[in-house]
Amino acid sequence: MANDEAKRPGVEGLSRRTFLKSVGAGSVGAGLLPRGGESGAAQAAEAPAVVGPGETSITLSINGETREVSVEPRVTLLDALRNRLDLTGSKKVCDEGTCGACTVLYDGEPAYACSILAMEAEGHEITTVEGLGTPDELSAVQECFVKHDALQCGFCTPGFVVACTAYLRENPEPTPEEAQRGLGGNYCRCGTYAGMREAVLDAARILRGGE
Amino acid sequence: MPEAAAWPPQDERSVLGKKIPRLDGPDKVTGRAKYAFDINRPDMLYAKVLGAKHAAATVTEFDPSEAEAMEGVEAIWVQPDIDGKTIHYSGQVLAAVAAVTEEIAEEALHRIHVAYELRDPVTDDTTPEHGGNVDEDVRGSIEDVEQAFEDADVVSSGHYGCATITHCCLEPHGHVAEFRDGDLHIWASTQNVSRYGQGLTDTAELPQDRIHVICEHMGGGFGSKLGDDIWGRAAVHLAKVTGKPVKLLLDRDLEQQIAGSRPSSHADVEIALNNDGEILAWRSHDWGSGGQGGYNRPHLPYTLSNLSPAVMRTQRVATNRGSARAWRAPLHPNGCLITMAALEDAAAAIGMDALEFFLNHVVDLTNNAEAYREELPIAAEMISYQDKAHLRGDETPGPVKRGLGIALHQWGGMGHNSNADVTIHPDGSVEVACGTQDLGTGSRTVLAIVVGETLGLPVDRVHPKIGRNAYPISGASGGSTTIGGISAASRLAAVAARDALFERVAPELGVEPGELEARDGRVQEQGNPENGMSWEEACGVLGVDSLTERGECVPPQAAQAGLISAGAAGCQIADVSVDVETGVVKLNEFVCVQDCGLIVSMETARSQVFGGMIMGVSYALYEEAIYDPVNGVMLNPDLEFYRLASMAEVGDLKVHMMTGPRYDERGVIGLGEPPVIGPGAAISNAIANACGVRVGMMPMTPDRVIQALAEGGKLA
Repeated sequence: MANDEAKRPGVEGLSRRTFLKSVGAGSVGAGLLPRGGESGAAQAAEAPAVVGPGETSITLSINGETREVSVEPRVTLLDALRNRLDLTGSKKVCDEGTCGACTVLYDGEPAYACSILAMEAEGHEITTVEGLGTPDELSAVQECFVKHDALQCGFCTPGFVVACTAYLRENPEPTPEEAQRGLGGNYCRCGTYAGMREAVLDAARILRGGE
Repeated sequence: MPEAAAWPPQDERSVLGKKIPRLDGPDKVTGRAKYAFDINRPDMLYAKVLGAKHAAATVTEFDPSEAEAMEGVEAIWVQPDIDGKTIHYSGQVLAAVAAVTEEIAEEALHRIHVAYELRDPVTDDTTPEHGGNVDEDVRGSIEDVEQAFEDADVVSSGHYGCATITHCCLEPHGHVAEFRDGDLHIWASTQNVSRYGQGLTDTAELPQDRIHVICEHMGGGFGSKLGDDIWGRAAVHLAKVTGKPVKLLLDRDLEQQIAGSRPSSHADVEIALNNDGEILAWRSHDWGSGGQGGYNRPHLPYTLSNLSPAVMRTQRVATNRGSARAWRAPLHPNGCLITMAALEDAAAAIGMDALEFFLNHVVDLTNNAEAYREELPIAAEMISYQDKAHLRGDETPGPVKRGLGIALHQWGGMGHNSNADVTIHPDGSVEVACGTQDLGTGSRTVLAIVVGETLGLPVDRVHPKIGRNAYPISGASGGSTTIGGISAASRLAAVAARDALFERVAPELGVEPGELEARDGRVQEQGNPENGMSWEEACGVLGVDSLTERGECVPPQAAQAGLISAGAAGCQIADVSVDVETGVVKLNEFVCVQDCGLIVSMETARSQVFGGMIMGVSYALYEEAIYDPVNGVMLNPDLEFYRLASMAEVGDLKVHMMTGPRYDERGVIGLGEPPVIGPGAAISNAIANACGVRVGMMPMTPDRVIQALAEGGKLA
């Protein structure tokens, strides 16, 4: 048994991801249905094609580009981004969907890349922090994070920037209280929340076409 | 040390002390900033560490053969003397596997067969039962203490303490190691770039000059990343035997278990005082556990250096937990909580307002009376103390009770030994190189501000180069020593470089070098700016050779010259609401008044203070490393059940920096630790003031609040 997994407390039943990782770790030979989406699943029901446990080549759409990558079924989207595509802006911190440091846009919605398998991500539009702006051309959210010093060590910052970007798209006019709750799915250890509060509200103003 | 190196007067500063955006902000917000964890090298292997599953055991069998045989596994490092190895805490390092993918490395860990013979762990630190020898410190005499307690009108007593917490660095410990052309290149997450290679020479079988350390950015250290660690040496070994780069950063569960913690503390305290508030004597018995590491007495009574007679007895409890490491202001938060809570209880015992008690009876027992007397009224004003204050126990009907709590803190913060080189190139570009690191404190920004100020240039004209052991040696970032050390070193280097440039330019302008100034992007005659040239023209005088000058911060000399000093005092007041039906505590407002001498970078200085306060709210209300009482294994080595405060939970924060005359002229004082010391104490006092009972143990989670209310007969 995977001793690392077994030690994790309080997990009542295995998450889908933990389950798949354990299966991979045990090399039981189970694989993953190829291709995401309903049509793929329906097709697979007729002819149960199986991929894995070895590597399979998949195509991901990341920051508007098509990227080929070879992964085992147990590889998370986060590890595919960081280890195989050198997109290291998304950070690996808790690796279990708690801290938000790996937040990406998944078809425009914020999602924890550590909790999605790379193979599941086929056919979905993925945007990482690298796709939101560059140092010479910052997005409004990024500019406001710099302006209000909403960062210190900076390790949680990309996750917050992506989460904030997604949040403001859905909530263009948040109150301070709403914004704080809205970004409660991300953790910072240095304690940059004071600057972040100002950054979020300032970015909201700018995105609404304010001053 | 040249007199001209002194900081310019406040009204003549162009960038020093101003709000300058952090220089590496754009790289960090776009994901371009590369941390050790982000380094990918050609043919790189991924290494994972195998930690012990038990807290107290002996290894009876260790068989890595199945893992070794796996396709993709390239090497396994095993702890020397693994057979019969004694296990002292869960997660203790046994082995490390390097494989072609992270997934294969993780799978290989599961295929290493380890058998253990279990022992009974020591897990309970709540009593001194397992404590070692009693270390006793007496001020005055024991007889004086006993007499004072007999003579006192009132004896206030209480039990206070805090649980073990972890550093919880978001970037875990570790590094990438690569042997190339006979040299070792290390991308490390470290607080100590200049010395990181020292501990790796034996493993690398290389002299120090062949080990190149790089740390452009690092994701949090807080005192826990000062050395290379056993897993760092394992990674170097794996890189050496495979001939390939190896990335080894700890998985989160090991990071939480073995990469550092703050010791727990428990204390029984008695204070003898008179009804008018005069404090007569102190008596305390504290104990705590740094796991397998040390536990020393926190400063007790904290800040009250002049309280005598007093007796402090301390015991260390060795438990089967990962070892403690320096945690931002080591043991100061523990001592502050124990002392400030005991003081607030004493004020409540005689029915006196806490602010009045602190101002009239506490601050004079400290060495910072003048500062506290100035700061406390400012903090009180910021939080509308007089409008909200009440004696212990909010009598407002309903389940939500509101209260205020005060804490005082102090810290040294003297700059460390540091070197910096300032280079002026003939094309006018300027660089400052320093073997320091940026933990998020703003080292890069500070260097650019100091050099820019000195050379009369905007900050973006200065290129700070840090994070390599090839640069001039600087100190470890610990104890709030960095900003003092690097600002003094870079000031001295920039002054020397500027003066060397003046020597070359003066003949061109027909003046003496001492008559020149560098200001607003020009080098010109003082008082006659028309006689001058642009910065670029002036640098062109250098011809083909760049000019480099070294600055060295030797703390006593730098302090003598007024560049740096030590001794920061501050105070905090918290305003909380406590739901006495659920035990939930909510921060309403939280203010900090902070002295830190001359401020180099206002933006990052304020961020440090906010950061300390927020980290403090987190440990005061949420953070606790929980160990199984039976088997001693850490039960929450993750970020789900080891809780950090989130953005909505830290209340409305306000910071006031003590600047201007009397503060500014003290020079630069470090600011990393001071604001993290008081939050636990301030919040504990505010909870007591709100709900009328002391919640003695931190974190003050709902269950502890409910228990304290029940024991105090105040449960709704």
